Amino acid sequence: MNVQSNTYTFLYSTAIVLVVATGLAVVATALQPAQVKNVEVEKKQNILTSLHVQSDRTNAGKLYQQYITDSYTLNSKGEKVSGVDPFNINLREEMKKSPAKRNLPAFEAKRGDSSFVVIPVYGKGLWGPIWGYVSFRKEDHVAKGLPHFNTIYGVMFDHKGETPGLGSEINQPFFQLPFRGKRVFDDKGVFVSVQVVKGGADPASPHQVDAISGGTITSKGLQAMLDSCLVSYQHFFKLNN
Amino acid sequence: MKNLKLLINPLNNENPITVQVLGICSALAVTVQMKPAIVMSLSVIVVTAFSNLIISFGRNTIPPRIRIIIQLVVVAFLVIVVDQILKAYVYDVSKKLSVFVGLIITNCILMGRLEAFAMSNKPWESFLDGIGNGAGYGLILIALAFLREFFGSGSLMGYQVIPEGFYELGYMDNGMMILPPMALIIVGLIIWIQRSYNRKLIEK
Repeated sequence: MNVQSNTYTFLYSTAIVLVVATGLAVVATALQPAQVKNVEVEKKQNILTSLHVQSDRTNAGKLYQQYITDSYTLNSKGEKVSGVDPFNINLREEMKKSPAKRNLPAFEAKRGDSSFVVIPVYGKGLWGPIWGYVSFRKEDHVAKGLPHFNTIYGVMFDHKGETPGLGSEINQPFFQLPFRGKRVFDDKGVFVSVQVVKGGADPASPHQVDAISGGTITSKGLQAMLDSCLVSYQHFFKLNN
Repeated sequence: MKNLKLLINPLNNENPITVQVLGICSALAVTVQMKPAIVMSLSVIVVTAFSNLIISFGRNTIPPRIRIIIQLVVVAFLVIVVDQILKAYVYDVSKKLSVFVGLIITNCILMGRLEAFAMSNKPWESFLDGIGNGAGYGLILIALAFLREFFGSGSLMGYQVIPEGFYELGYMDNGMMILPPMALIIVGLIIWIQRSYNRKLIEK
């Protein structure tokens, strides 16, 4: 057998590729259920974090059942869409569509006597994607035309690879806690989102939080993310349901 | 005796990181905490050992013209398997290691050992050589992670070890330890210490 010959080289490489491909396919298929479950648990933990509920990998499923009472998919008019599982919506794909065509997931929660809705957000940081969940407390009695969901109850942000010590700090409590109590509509019911302000937010303003020094592009990306994702929900926030 | 040397030498006199200066990039990146460092070390040990074993078994059949590609395919296969297993069973750690598990493929230790050792030695010796080199890499990684986590975060394996009282007396964690440049400085210190008692290693 001549290991130098062309025929042998071709046959050998073909055989190796087939063996390796088969092996990988088997491994990937066998491990997929466990991996899917991990991602699912993480998502539940993130949603709970935005509601200020601490969870770990073991009890996340149970706590999720306990707090999240309903979940549904909305269109941009705030109407429920049937046939789309809100938990498995890929926000990245949805954000690429025109606003009118997006499927928007929403998760309803109850904690004590208060009702909440949790909205997932997805956007771009400096180096890669950033994402998060924003929870709103429901106000039952509001004047006509004003939104039921306006005040932020909690937020959870995370990122794929923002600069350590700068942009990556968006997943830290010192950045996230000031969002609590901020409002995304002004007094007349116009959507204004929340601004991430460089150089110090006005403490009296209900629409501003401090940006991260040195993390300007991440902060701006976060502001754009909140704006572009939450604006699609403005009709839903105003509906009385 | 010779086999034992295959295991022991890479830990000290032929250490992949401090003597051969291979695999530095991941050593800086994943050593902020002990746990990812340990998982990374185990992953590298598994991949070096088994890729050495597989390549050594096939060393007489591999067409010489495409041997590097064949080595790469074997390494890539093992790395993907390890990555998938980590994602399925230690999800949090796999997130911390992020791209670095994938980058084991490009870790020079692997290709170096395959080309220099496995292509010309028997499977069992190659397997031991793989374990030895993986462990030599892991040893430095864990030493680094120990120092960086202890001085940088005051904890080990995620558990607080420096008592609260110290902090109340004014002790502070060294934030520099968490940043990659400090890892490079510590690697430098380890190399210095190692060479100062082992004069053989000093280049003329």
